[in-house]
Amino acid sequence: MRNVWFIFKREVAAYFVSPMAYVMGAVFLMLSGYFFSIILLATHDASMQGILGNMALVFLFIAPVLTMRQLAEERKLGTDELIMTSPVSITSIVVGKYLAGLFTYMVYLAITWVYPVILIKYGNPDMGPIYSGYLGMFLFGAGCLAVGTFSSSLTDNQMVAGVIGFGLLLLFWILGWAEALVTGPVGNAIANLSLLKRFDDFQKGIIDLSSVLYYVSFIFIFLFLAVRVIDSRRWS
Amino acid sequence: MIEVRDLTKRYGKARGIEGLTFSVDKGEVLGFLGPNGAGKTTTMRIITGYLAATSGTVKVDGFDVFEDAMEARRRIGYLPENPPLYREMTVGGYLRFVSELKGIPRPNRKAAIISVAEAAGVDGVLSRVIGNLSKGYRQRVGLAQALLGNPEVLILDEPTAGLDPRQIIEIRNLIRSLAERHTIILSSHILPEVSMICSRVLIINNGRLVASDTPQGLSERLEGRGRIAVRIRSPKGETESLIRRIPGVVSVFIEPDDAAADDKSILFVVETDGKTDVREDIFFAVAEQGSPIIEMRPIDMSLEDVFLKLTTEERLEDEREVASGA
Repeated sequence: MRNVWFIFKREVAAYFVSPMAYVMGAVFLMLSGYFFSIILLATHDASMQGILGNMALVFLFIAPVLTMRQLAEERKLGTDELIMTSPVSITSIVVGKYLAGLFTYMVYLAITWVYPVILIKYGNPDMGPIYSGYLGMFLFGAGCLAVGTFSSSLTDNQMVAGVIGFGLLLLFWILGWAEALVTGPVGNAIANLSLLKRFDDFQKGIIDLSSVLYYVSFIFIFLFLAVRVIDSRRWS
Repeated sequence: MIEVRDLTKRYGKARGIEGLTFSVDKGEVLGFLGPNGAGKTTTMRIITGYLAATSGTVKVDGFDVFEDAMEARRRIGYLPENPPLYREMTVGGYLRFVSELKGIPRPNRKAAIISVAEAAGVDGVLSRVIGNLSKGYRQRVGLAQALLGNPEVLILDEPTAGLDPRQIIEIRNLIRSLAERHTIILSSHILPEVSMICSRVLIINNGRLVASDTPQGLSERLEGRGRIAVRIRSPKGETESLIRRIPGVVSVFIEPDDAAADDKSILFVVETDGKTDVREDIFFAVAEQGSPIIEMRPIDMSLEDVFLKLTTEERLEDEREVASGA
């Protein structure tokens, strides 16, 4: 546990001394702000529905870039020889790095709270769907980041890691369209694997325990895979 | 302190190391010598737990590096060939991170960092960013990192590679001063360097152990003294002095623990000056006497061959690099 904290601390520092956290944050917040303004102007509706959905989509593009460095760069620079030969488990390393990405994401999310605050100041929004929407937003982003961390474990090339992560996330997005293409329970089952489709319920104010469970297992599986990939490298 | 048994590592079909067995006693400074690609780095990476062996075991202070990985790692300080440094961190911040990873308790961290920084000569640059340091200083920071936590074993992979001559001397002196308190394995492909620092040398080639000796023993053998074993049936009393009189022979003695001895044959060991081939002369001299030679073979000649092979391989490699570069 302590080791997770040490890895996390260094990783967060790496995010915030490099332009990475700022540039990605700026892009995310700029697009979020655009969606907030344009949707609010169009609907005159004091709700975050639709806005959060678009923010989630933007983050789907941001997450692989935010995480592609994490494990790939350690390997490129040879610093993995330090952390892998320290008395620290691979799980601690992967989880620490993942949490650092998650922390950065949470900073972004915290900043976007200005939008609900604006709604409260000038309107009378229903807070329920906003809270559940943010919970969904958090779970969705956490899932994207787990895919990114996993992709970063596959290669020592950041670019390649980013592209793989992006491809995987696109796949988990378009799986949601399966319902329209394949009828019956098969299409339904495939669509249920989609990262974004699950998110819709949260926006509407529904917290479905199975969706929460889905996101948590999704994260767990990809972090587990990342640990396995790194562990298996010792045998190559 | 370190027990390596039947260590084998294969990379797909390519061979890393094959059946390596050796041990290092407490306080010893062991040198790994061999050309690039001989398996030095692979061996060190297995000892430190960075790679897993295909078969065989490594124990550090009694702890298996695979089964009891965490306990073994606590006893090892490792400097890889490329020092594992985060360029964006300051030297002090980096050493604090490593001290955390190594589990040094918080109250002792500051003192531990200052003491290794002084030992490695980086106490003046603690607030500098690593990316801005010279190669020599980075190597020292890498060494400071390996020293953190006062590990009993230090594994140093080519600690002087890429440094200028003055820096090389400094790092060598530093390692020699560390030898008093640590068990050290260091690798190099420079023979004089190893013989200057190490109390024992292992020569590895093509993943196999080809020699293990003190630097003195090694250089004596390398100075070209040849040794030949000759088994002679029913020798006469004057056979020994007969061989000794042959030009080029330095000394002759009867092998005391001769495993294949029977009552009729005796194994003589003939040392030559290494320049003249005395085998024919021995044959005629002994044959004239009427005693048949039933066996004659060179002893340890392979070592010289190995070294020739080492140097030629390196030369070829360099030439190939030059050719591909052009």
